[in-house]
Amino acid sequence: MGMIAVPTATSAPRLFWSQFQRELVSVVRSKEEALNPLLFLFLAISLFALGAGGDPEVLQNIAPAIIWVLVLLANMMSLEGLFRRDYEDGTLEQLILLAEPGFVPVLAKIAAQWCVSGLAMTLLAPIAGLILFLPSTVLPTLMITLLLGTPALSLLGAVGAALTVGLRRGGVLLAILVLPLYVPVLIFGSSAVIQHMDGIGTQAQIYWLLAITMISITLAPFLVHAALKISVEQ
Amino acid sequence: MSEFLLTTADLSCERDGRMLFSDLHITLSAGECLQVMGPNGSGKSTLLRCVAGLFPDFDGTVDAQPALYLGHKLGISLLLSAEENLRWYQGLAGQAAPVAEVLERVGMAGYERVVCQRLSAGQQRRVGLARLLICNSPLWLLDEPLTALDEAGHRLVTGLITDHLASGGGAFCATHQPLSVPQAGTLELGMSN
Repeated sequence: MGMIAVPTATSAPRLFWSQFQRELVSVVRSKEEALNPLLFLFLAISLFALGAGGDPEVLQNIAPAIIWVLVLLANMMSLEGLFRRDYEDGTLEQLILLAEPGFVPVLAKIAAQWCVSGLAMTLLAPIAGLILFLPSTVLPTLMITLLLGTPALSLLGAVGAALTVGLRRGGVLLAILVLPLYVPVLIFGSSAVIQHMDGIGTQAQIYWLLAITMISITLAPFLVHAALKISVEQ
Repeated sequence: MSEFLLTTADLSCERDGRMLFSDLHITLSAGECLQVMGPNGSGKSTLLRCVAGLFPDFDGTVDAQPALYLGHKLGISLLLSAEENLRWYQGLAGQAAPVAEVLERVGMAGYERVVCQRLSAGQQRRVGLARLLICNSPLWLLDEPLTALDEAGHRLVTGLITDHLASGGGAFCATHQPLSVPQAGTLELGMSN
């Protein structure tokens, strides 16, 4: 097969794009897995609406909290499978061995996961808001906070998913590891929506969400890569 | 770059209180194949993982050229087709080996677009072998490369290794059946206990 060549490093954008495409193809081939968290989100929201007896007053006041909490949980559900399949079929160890720099495909995996969870939930949020009688003037704020906050959820959650991927029943441990990290996002996200309903400015919360996402995107890919390395080394 | 593809010095590994191997000195030059033999549980797979950099818990030193590891986990995504899997490896390794040609070489012509989930165990293994030709690393680390393969598959593996050795590569292989490859040395594990 010709001369032996030492593998040459591929460019980072190409590496990112190659991995991103692969993830999207995998999502299309296992649709149920991507749809389950969204289905859970809407089922739970409908249950809240039914449980409150359809009282608009009651629902409206707690709607931001309900939506944000359910988005956290749905996002965590979709994170559990983020590395599981790759771990089991051995592509994860090959990724750790071959990819240079290794954090680039990791970031691409998280980006693809965000597209089918965080981004999808952001786009569907107006429907969730309407089910819970959220005033339509508040919906843009809800969407902006979700758009800025959900990337942080995916990035922080991926660290937990990477640490627990080698464990047989990592689900509960993942929740214990990740939910505390989600708290700031939850607080700023839902308080922005509540303050908008009360007619108070929301800039501070939005800047905080942006800051959390920026810090996560800077640090998380390296942490996830390191955690994955620990998980495959056994 | 050293003249050897692989050198280990004083390589020892203990797992669950059992000494798997100790003070191994291995050198592998271009054009050589080293077969690791030994009963189940004698540490063949662990030795390969140590060399591949997937098992850091050992004593001694390992100095290896860029290696390609093919283990019990094939490194093939079952949701993707053979072609998509190999394209992903091209992206990772930055190589542009012709995917169609490589798949034909491993006897998978006509199955390029079939999702790997639908392939048989032996066919999945062949897709795994195709990775060796895509990534083009000087050193191959093969853990039981004959698993699930038929007679023609065995000939394919020995053919691939022979070609690889002829073009200046080396192979380090854990196996139960001796491979009929030229320049093959043998390392027995598990003799001391």
